[in-house]
Amino acid sequence: MSDIVEKTLTALPGLFLQNQLTGGAAAAKAPFSSRLGGLVRGITALTSKHEEEKLIQQELSSLKVTVAAPTTTLKMMKECMVRLIYCEMLGYDASFGYIHAIKLAQQGNLLEKRVGYLAVSLFLHENHELLLLLVNTVVKDLQSTNLIEVCMALTVVSQIFPREMIPAVLPLIEDKLQHSKEIIRRKAVLALYKFHLIAPNQVQHIHIKFRKALCDRDVGVMAASLHIYLRMIKENSSSYKDLTGSFVTILKQVVGGKLPVDFNYHSVPAPWLQIQLLRILGLLGKDDQRTSELMYDVLDESLRRAELNHNVTYAILFECVHTIYSIYPKSELLEKAARCIGKFVLSPKINLKYLGLKALTYVIQQDPSLALQHQMTIIECLDHPDPIIKRETLELLYRITNAQNITVIVQKMLEYLHQSKEEYIIVNLVGKIAELAEKYAPDNAWFIQTMNAVFSVGGDVMQPDIPNNFLRLLAEGFDDETEDQQLRLYAVQSYLNLLDVENAFYPQRFLQVMSWVLGEYAYLLDKETPEEVIAKLYKLLMNSAISSETRAWLIAAVTKLMPQAHSSTIVETLIQEFTVSLDTCMRQHAFELKHLRENVELMKNVLPVDKSCEGMVVDASLSFLDGFVAEELNHGAAPYKPHHQRQEEKLAQEKVLNFEPYGLSFSSSGFTGRQSPAGISLGSDTSGNSAETGLKETNSLKLEGIKKLWGKEGYLPKKENTATDEVEAQPISQDSVIMENVDQIITKRDQPPALTQSKEEKAKQLLASSLFVGLGSESTINLLGKADTISHKFRRKPKVKEIKSGEITSAHTMASSSFNSLSNEEDYYLDTLQDRGDKELKKLSFNSELLDSESFTELHMVEKLSNCNLSASSLFADNNLEIFHPSQSTAVSVANEVSLASSLLEEPTEHMHSDLMEVCNNETISVSSYKIWKNDCLLMVWSVANKSGSELKNAMLEITSEENLKVTEQVECCLPIIEAESTKNFQCSVQMEQPFTEGILSGIINYQMMDSHSVQLEFSVALSLLDFIRPLKISTEDFGKLWLSFANDVKQNIKMSESQAALPSALKTLQQKLRLHIVDIIGNEGLLACQLLPSIPCLLHFRVHADGLALWFRSSCSTLPDYLLYQCQKVMGES
Amino acid sequence: MQFMLLFSRQGKLRLQKWYVPLSDKEKKKITRELVQTVLARKPKMCSFLEWRDLKIVYKRYASLYFCCAVEDQDNELITLEIIHRYVELLDKYFGSVCELDIIFNFEKAYFILDEFLLGGEVQETSKKNVLKAIEQADLLQEPRHEYFNVPVY
Repeated sequence: MSDIVEKTLTALPGLFLQNQLTGGAAAAKAPFSSRLGGLVRGITALTSKHEEEKLIQQELSSLKVTVAAPTTTLKMMKECMVRLIYCEMLGYDASFGYIHAIKLAQQGNLLEKRVGYLAVSLFLHENHELLLLLVNTVVKDLQSTNLIEVCMALTVVSQIFPREMIPAVLPLIEDKLQHSKEIIRRKAVLALYKFHLIAPNQVQHIHIKFRKALCDRDVGVMAASLHIYLRMIKENSSSYKDLTGSFVTILKQVVGGKLPVDFNYHSVPAPWLQIQLLRILGLLGKDDQRTSELMYDVLDESLRRAELNHNVTYAILFECVHTIYSIYPKSELLEKAARCIGKFVLSPKINLKYLGLKALTYVIQQDPSLALQHQMTIIECLDHPDPIIKRETLELLYRITNAQNITVIVQKMLEYLHQSKEEYIIVNLVGKIAELAEKYAPDNAWFIQTMNAVFSVGGDVMQPDIPNNFLRLLAEGFDDETEDQQLRLYAVQSYLNLLDVENAFYPQRFLQVMSWVLGEYAYLLDKETPEEVIAKLYKLLMNSAISSETRAWLIAAVTKLMPQAHSSTIVETLIQEFTVSLDTCMRQHAFELKHLRENVELMKNVLPVDKSCEGMVVDASLSFLDGFVAEELNHGAAPYKPHHQRQEEKLAQEKVLNFEPYGLSFSSSGFTGRQSPAGISLGSDTSGNSAETGLKETNSLKLEGIKKLWGKEGYLPKKENTATDEVEAQPISQDSVIMENVDQIITKRDQPPALTQSKEEKAKQLLASSLFVGLGSESTINLLGKADTISHKFRRKPKVKEIKSGEITSAHTMASSSFNSLSNEEDYYLDTLQDRGDKELKKLSFNSELLDSESFTELHMVEKLSNCNLSASSLFADNNLEIFHPSQSTAVSVANEVSLASSLLEEPTEHMHSDLMEVCNNETISVSSYKIWKNDCLLMVWSVANKSGSELKNAMLEITSEENLKVTEQVECCLPIIEAESTKNFQCSVQMEQPFTEGILSGIINYQMMDSHSVQLEFSVALSLLDFIRPLKISTEDFGKLWLSFANDVKQNIKMSESQAALPSALKTLQQKLRLHIVDIIGNEGLLACQLLPSIPCLLHFRVHADGLALWFRSSCSTLPDYLLYQCQKVMGES
Repeated sequence: MQFMLLFSRQGKLRLQKWYVPLSDKEKKKITRELVQTVLARKPKMCSFLEWRDLKIVYKRYASLYFCCAVEDQDNELITLEIIHRYVELLDKYFGSVCELDIIFNFEKAYFILDEFLLGGEVQETSKKNVLKAIEQADLLQEPRHEYFNVPVY
């Protein structure tokens, strides 16, 4: 069929020309009466873009007049609409006609309505305000008895509909699910699918009706319902596991050819349906052995049936392979799928080859041996003339990169990078290269050079993570100090060389990296003096092509170098130059520089050498202001609101209704906000004293916003490469490795090496061996645990200093033998854990590289374990966490409490309480108090002791509170007589009405002595916010719901040492000192909840990173988060 | 599917259908970039393109390019067959379709597309059903003679 189309269409240009010249054959097709025809022909006749524009503007202005004229009939309007659509397609603005399109849909007869609806769906998008005007028309047409009208309305609803108007049509559309015509039912299902996409909550109640649609007797309706199911299962597969059987049955019927023959496509039964079902099954069977077992048969059958050599069968095969590799593996199926991939990869058809590569990329982590099988094809694709094929190949190689093949692969990637122009590709590729370089760099020189290439090409478009991570890597270094110095020195030298190149242009970001590195590490240089470096920086500063941001980096570098420089005429000229600069920022820096120069002592203190990683002591929480803040707050000052909160409130005032739910994001990078190294370099000059900086940042590299993709060990320089001469020796040894591998691979593939190989062949073989080195031996292990390259983020293990091939193989054999014997993954993990603990199995540490690539989720636990030096069982099993609230579950009646309280000193109550504290006394009487932190209130117990030997009369205790405290349940305030040497207890419960940091509860005690003169004593007790905070025990699910419903939030980063910031200790502190309830722990993130009595909940989400905590509070009360944050900072500071 | 574009070898847009809400400016930019990229590709090259974070699937029929944007995890080959099925539908409706049919009756081409794909998803895969739906709508509203090419069923 397609051939026929091809032929007809090939004949077209000729026809077209003819038509222009003679107005012949084609003219008959489009009658002259058609105004559109005239327009189209008019445009085709034109030769220049300019003429076209003129003609269309003319057309548009005449249309504008026509549509607005009252005399225009609907029939003419339809004509106009068609022309407007055409003009808009050519890229001209026809927005004046939008409203008329809506009118046409509303008023026209069927014919006109159809065009009106079409125009609306083409002109407007779903957020367009005019769309609201369509709602009534749609409602009317949905109720029409004319099928065509209902169809049209459903068609437009399925494409664009305003989200907030869904309730207006929803019941009508629900009714249509029972309509007798299948076309109506089908369209109704698709309309509901659309609603599910834009407002899932609104269609939640009709999920049961979707099930009916799935069982519809019409194939089209059933197929339409699969769109909804695919989407819902993607979002949450666990709720639909029970449908697996139905999907399998449907697929069986489809594959078995049980559907009406109409649904065949090129004699393949309903391919679209098959693919949809396969995708659904893939999602359902993921990581679920029992569900997967249900589908093995039908997958096998699908593979078997798809034999025809047609594109559409390949489409099904591809989906089958994808599904087979997604679900719980079955070796027999995997084998077949692997053969199938082979068919794709080896196909001469380029589309199939591309998909073969794509499939390989997908499965390679599970089965690296497949890459070995197809290595020659992969090599060929690497030099394919089609850049798309090349790119997919690089993607594949990226996934199989290891320490041995890194140089070759990165070289290939860089080659591609230099040819690429599209920004998206560059950003993507640059990120990958940087990631690989940090993970597997063989030596310093290579690493720095590769990163130089990355910075030069990626320049100003790349992700800011890349330079930030790079700088962090340099600054933090690894375990070995000399190694670090070598790396830094190399970087410094390479940058100086780059700066020497005349007329070279470097991206701003690269220059910023250079200036930071030079500023920090130029002191490592032997030959070049700091003056020379400053001279180079100065030259850059005077370059007009430098952005002002970069200038700030440069001047910061100069500032850092200045204490090391002896004579500094350049600095002087620089200061002169920039103290009069028009750029205020630069002027500021220049003045700072000037003042620092005048005070050498200070200069040396604030600009220490190589201290970028050591935090200066800056009180980030500004605790020295606590007293002041508390006082001001008590005097009624408004509590501090962070900038974002003020903005939100402002927005909230402007908008009356907010339809947007507040999004909950636990992404690692999302909420802390990235901090660029600008903070680092500027932080180390004097600008750190501004309040803004002081609050948020301390004076060191602080990059918590950055994804922890690359750990310290990510980049593993080898020991033997430290000295430069050894670096030179490296290539030779690598070559020998390569040669060995050639032999290995050849024997592995059972192909005796050809006696006479062409040079090209040899080169390819060599390339192959260098690319696929290290893959074969890993395969046994990788088949067991699904490998995942991302898992390196959890890597925190002893560094592999030296890898000798012999040891590797022995480790491999050991590992594989122990792994092979294990039947399931859990055992395997256990074993791994044991192995780790077992120091005797030292050889396995050489294997850590391998273990790293396994993706077991327990890994982060292991990491934490080693961090805290705890045994495996003690971290999360350890529930000393709960011990701090031993009383939570035991209910004690208040009455009981009173009696207990009287004998308090002997036996403590079961609730938590503070120590007894004397609040006032004189020679006859003493008042002490203690707090009992009850679940529902704060109970204050006052104990009045008569120390004298005589009775006291009319004793009266009166508690007065401040306005934000409420005192209730006062019991027995008045005592007619206190006997000699006795103690009486009173209690009252206190509630907090407004959050505050510290409140004061004051009281008076009155009594009469025997001689009836009356004495009055005053006392007061301080209450802190924490006295009113109680753990809130909720589930993670509730947490999520609550989180979304709260509008007030506060975010803050707290900096602290590594050991403090470790998850368990942070949790402990928070639970113990703040009485927060730990809701859940997800990786390095924790969810905590508490409530302010009586019942104001507050939620805390916190995340641990290298040097601090990112805290995020949310509450229904606007001020509570701020207060809690303050308390948090305090306790974290103390601990 | 995110959108579908039909354009001629000269880079003239013949049909555009957007299934994701985008501003006009953005649409124009995408169209311009894509038309340029696709036209620059050689005939022997692969029918798929990675473009931004989308997958572009295109196929040329005579002087007309059919170009669809799908998400990365979608199946490229079946998208290619979607294009083909659409061409088949056009062909059956117009009776050996040519570019001129689509230019002069582009609203018909849209109607057919809307019966086949709805909101970016395949609505009906049976050729018979799609054409039946179109035919019914046509019959109710217009006299035959206006359209030279409407086949007799």
